[in-house]
Amino acid sequence: MITVQACLDGLLLGILFALIAYGMALQWGVMNIINIAQGDLVILGGYIAYFMYLYGIHPAWGVIVSPIIMYFIGVGIYKLVINKVVDRDLFISILATFGISILFMQLMNFAFGADVVLANSGYGTTMLFDNNVTLPNSKIFSAVISIVFAICLVIYMKKSKLGRAIRATAQNARAAKILGVDTEKVYAATFGINAALCGVAGALISITFTIHPYMGLPYTIRSFMIVIVAGLGNLPGVAMSGMGLGVFEEFADYILGTEFRIGAVFLLLVLILVYRRFKLSRKREYLK
Amino acid sequence: MSKNVLLYAAILIFGLAAPFIFPAFKVQLSILCVLIVLATTWNIQGGEMGYNTFGNILFYGLGMYLCASVQVGMFFPLAEWTESGGEKTFVHTPTQFFQGMAAGLVVAAVVPTIVAGLIGYAILGLRGHYFAICTLGLGVAAGEISGGIEIIGAGQGFTTPPFPEVGGLEARGEFFYFLSFGALILTFIAVRAIYSTRFRLILNAIRDNEDKAEAMGIETMKYKIIGWMVSAFFCGLAGGIMGGLVGYIDSTDVAFDGREMGVFMVLMAILGGKGTLWGPVIGATVFHIFKEGFWTFFLGWQYVALGVLIVVIVIYFPEGIMGWLREKYPERFGEVIDEADRKAQVELK
Repeated sequence: MITVQACLDGLLLGILFALIAYGMALQWGVMNIINIAQGDLVILGGYIAYFMYLYGIHPAWGVIVSPIIMYFIGVGIYKLVINKVVDRDLFISILATFGISILFMQLMNFAFGADVVLANSGYGTTMLFDNNVTLPNSKIFSAVISIVFAICLVIYMKKSKLGRAIRATAQNARAAKILGVDTEKVYAATFGINAALCGVAGALISITFTIHPYMGLPYTIRSFMIVIVAGLGNLPGVAMSGMGLGVFEEFADYILGTEFRIGAVFLLLVLILVYRRFKLSRKREYLK
Repeated sequence: MSKNVLLYAAILIFGLAAPFIFPAFKVQLSILCVLIVLATTWNIQGGEMGYNTFGNILFYGLGMYLCASVQVGMFFPLAEWTESGGEKTFVHTPTQFFQGMAAGLVVAAVVPTIVAGLIGYAILGLRGHYFAICTLGLGVAAGEISGGIEIIGAGQGFTTPPFPEVGGLEARGEFFYFLSFGALILTFIAVRAIYSTRFRLILNAIRDNEDKAEAMGIETMKYKIIGWMVSAFFCGLAGGIMGGLVGYIDSTDVAFDGREMGVFMVLMAILGGKGTLWGPVIGATVFHIFKEGFWTFFLGWQYVALGVLIVVIVIYFPEGIMGWLREKYPERFGEVIDEADRKAQVELK
């Protein structure tokens, strides 16, 4: 029964991870930057929902409010910092966003305190299989909302003018520029959309799990891992590997104990990278 | 050449006299020495080899835990020591303390070197940002895992043996200062020596174009691993000294502190100028003075300041102090300037 429990928990968790990873893949593919502050944007989005909960608004509305606020924060970050690292070495973007991550971590620590908090949605739980498997309804809610947002985003990217511009820029920024796409605007919008996705995911995480100012980095690493397993611009792959990671984490939690959970995630990243490196080195290639 | 000898002698004399000139800053000066060691060794990867690592913190933390464990474990049961926490039921005699420290530092330097050699083949096959993220993951994973191991204190931390009561109050500061200064001298001499050989050229070839270097017949992997092992040796040594200096080891806040020390070493090397011998030294000194001088004004906001500092340095000052000087006074760096050619270039602009 514990297997079923872990699998279900992992799958529902993994959908959330996939949502964050999709944002990561988007900005990586379009702007060629790796955003270490991704996880901190998630946590910030979570705090927005948590504050709505504190002021007596049902935290589920955070799913609507948080992405709107986060979109503007994302555009702001782009205008201040990211636009200066877009065309440069990837390591510059890693280090610069690492700086943003430390900054956000500490600002959130000042603003919201260092306590572990959660926004109680009051959704209750569902019992399955003769009460052997407990499934909080909030987790189901978060999975459903994530899927809805992912589908909306895919449709938006396919149909809308901005979505087409984003995809064109991802394919060839110079050609897009020549053909009249304002790439600067596209980059800002991409980063904003990424931040908004983080906002949705954060709001859902604050409902289903807990948030804490310093919990950002694991989310970044998870989304990075999902993206390198799935590849850029492969949404079904992102969803699959996200769910796979979720299940892995739940099993690591049961087998190794909770204190090794984050360690297991980071070790898995190292192992995946090393595995791919050996696989590619047989053909005398390397990860690009 | 004689100018250089004079410079080195002046620095050496200043270093030896510093704890007596500034007796109040002995701990700060020791930390500065450790920081310079870390920045200089990071520069072997990040600057010379072009492999931007966040993972050297792994060796630093490993050295820290190993040194303290050996120092305790040589004379007392380790598990009981860590369990008792701050309450000491065992006390090191001075002889035991110094013997333990010496053995601990040897272990702290050698074991990370072996670890670097073992994982080097797997990790150093990655390139660019994959290497950066992989080593970041390695450092954080080590911190999380060591935070779950009971015998080295797990979450509650590990108190290193207190300094024995010899030679009055000032002895502890002086001991650790000269220890870290010795490590700094050792590191600098070693790094300077290897930079003056073919080894540095090979590392630079790897940085500039690894495939081409390989095609020219250089066994790049071998040199990358050796470079990493050199870094690991000195990082472990620095970690062991720092553990004794701080007196308390926590898995994520002191030893595998990727958020602080792990970023500092990258930042210091970039601030000073990547790929130069003196850059990391200057960068670490400037950074440490800035940090200690202004940290108190920011009181609680120091991480915010750190975040801003990282962003500003990385975006606006990626060449570092040495790079800037080189741009300004190229003739001092042994670059021959053809005045006519330079004028022609300026006119072209």
